[in-house]
Amino acid sequence: MRAFSYARPETPAAAIEAFVAAGSGARYIAGGTTLYDLMKLRVEQPTHLIDVTAIRGLDEIATDGDMLRFGALAPMSAVAADRTLQRDYPVLVEALSKAASQQLRNMATVGGNLLQRTRCLYFRNGAGSASTANVYPCNKREPGAGCAAQDGIDRGQAVLGQSAACNAVSPGDWPVALVAMDAQLELLGPEGARTIPVAELYRPPGDTPHLEFTLQPAEIVTGIAVPATRAGRHSTYHKIRDRESYAFALASAAVALELDGDIVRRAHVALGGVATQPWRAAAAEQALLGQRVTPDIANAAGRAALQGARAGHHNGFKIELGARTVADAILIAAARNPA
Amino acid sequence: MTDPDAGGPASLIELDRREVLVAGAGAAVALTLETGTAQAQASAGAEAAPPGTAMTIRPRINGRAMSVEIDTRTSLLDLLRERLQLTGAKKGCDHGQCGACTVHLDGQRVASCLTLAAKMDGRAVTTIEGLAEGDGLHPMQQAFIDHDALQCGYCTPGQIMAAVACVREGHATDRASIREYMSGNICRCGAYVGIVAAIEAVAQGRQA
Repeated sequence: MRAFSYARPETPAAAIEAFVAAGSGARYIAGGTTLYDLMKLRVEQPTHLIDVTAIRGLDEIATDGDMLRFGALAPMSAVAADRTLQRDYPVLVEALSKAASQQLRNMATVGGNLLQRTRCLYFRNGAGSASTANVYPCNKREPGAGCAAQDGIDRGQAVLGQSAACNAVSPGDWPVALVAMDAQLELLGPEGARTIPVAELYRPPGDTPHLEFTLQPAEIVTGIAVPATRAGRHSTYHKIRDRESYAFALASAAVALELDGDIVRRAHVALGGVATQPWRAAAAEQALLGQRVTPDIANAAGRAALQGARAGHHNGFKIELGARTVADAILIAAARNPA
Repeated sequence: MTDPDAGGPASLIELDRREVLVAGAGAAVALTLETGTAQAQASAGAEAAPPGTAMTIRPRINGRAMSVEIDTRTSLLDLLRERLQLTGAKKGCDHGQCGACTVHLDGQRVASCLTLAAKMDGRAVTTIEGLAEGDGLHPMQQAFIDHDALQCGYCTPGQIMAAVACVREGHATDRASIREYMSGNICRCGAYVGIVAAIEAVAQGRQA
């Protein structure tokens, strides 16, 4: 691991100032569950770490009012334990509690989790030791090097959103639920504060898969805001894994339904585990509008969600699995909290 | 804690006169650990640390206040095992995937392998060595024995620290919940039936 300096400023302004002063090798660190992991693999090689966890007032959780608000430094476990969310927004709670282990959820923050990097095996390996260096090229790790996953073991790779340069899956659960629920991201940088939809944090891989986020240099995530909606009562985060617990998604679906009796008035659908970024499925939402939720309607919406999916060598199963995951999630969400 | 006068691996530990005087005025024993850049490199590669990459932290570990100079790259796990001779927490994967390194940080379970030691200034860490009070076993340790909840034992310190937290969090309500909230601790021997039974017994206030 490359040597680095470490600072723990106590205000956002001091953190940004330290980041700017440190130059190109600077990285912010919060829980560290992704960054420190990747530093051990030599995928990340920062020379200055600016720890943001001493900044006060960024860990508040507010679930009353028109916007649910989560300070960026709130631990994933603390948000998952919120009683109001457990009752009224199962999609958010399940996305958090089905991610990682309780140990990691105690460490990881809801802001930092949005910036988790891919678990693509070719991205993670190949940088750590001399014997594997340059054996598995990765455009995300080393721009222009090539992509070993395209003709490699691609069982875990994306079927939606991929480019010739990269088919790495966006690993998160929480970002998928937030994108489904129209969440906003609050940012602070040298130029001041701004708010963007969480969906706009993520860049498609295109020709530049090493550029994953739309954050500006030195910007920090300060908070997440989710519009309050009664659709939360009829919601779920449905996650299909190779094992029952503590694994990344093969396919997942965040679904929330605004129901009028049993008729869908508004639908929120997003997918995880199958795409290069948290994937909002507008076609699936459209397929549900004005409909009574039945298995046939749910299946049709599931197929619509995977429109345009393209399989590689070993990941074709994700297209069918993704469609069925969405369909099941719709049925689970509709059955929640019957009137 | 290891006796600093005993020699052997403990010779890494030297009492600093000033720290001892400070400690003598209060209750806790303060230890200052001799660094030397070479020892700070436990798992951090061979290159020498440039300026600004070493720092002093003052954590409280198993109830003892201490002052330790570290290389910023050091994980909490390596600090415990390689510097403080607290080898109960185990290095399984070193990437937060197996749970063998689980310790409590300010009362909450964390993966010590993915925790920067640099973050530990002013924090309270409890390891398996500090779990029991006095010479007896913690009820969870006894329950693991009673329920045959281990085979090789390598994952056991992490399992027990996670299990104690699982009960404290209120997640040990039934077997399904115990399994879900213990899923971050892998047991290669497959002693899961005994582990779940031990946790269930402690959660229900009985030991066997």
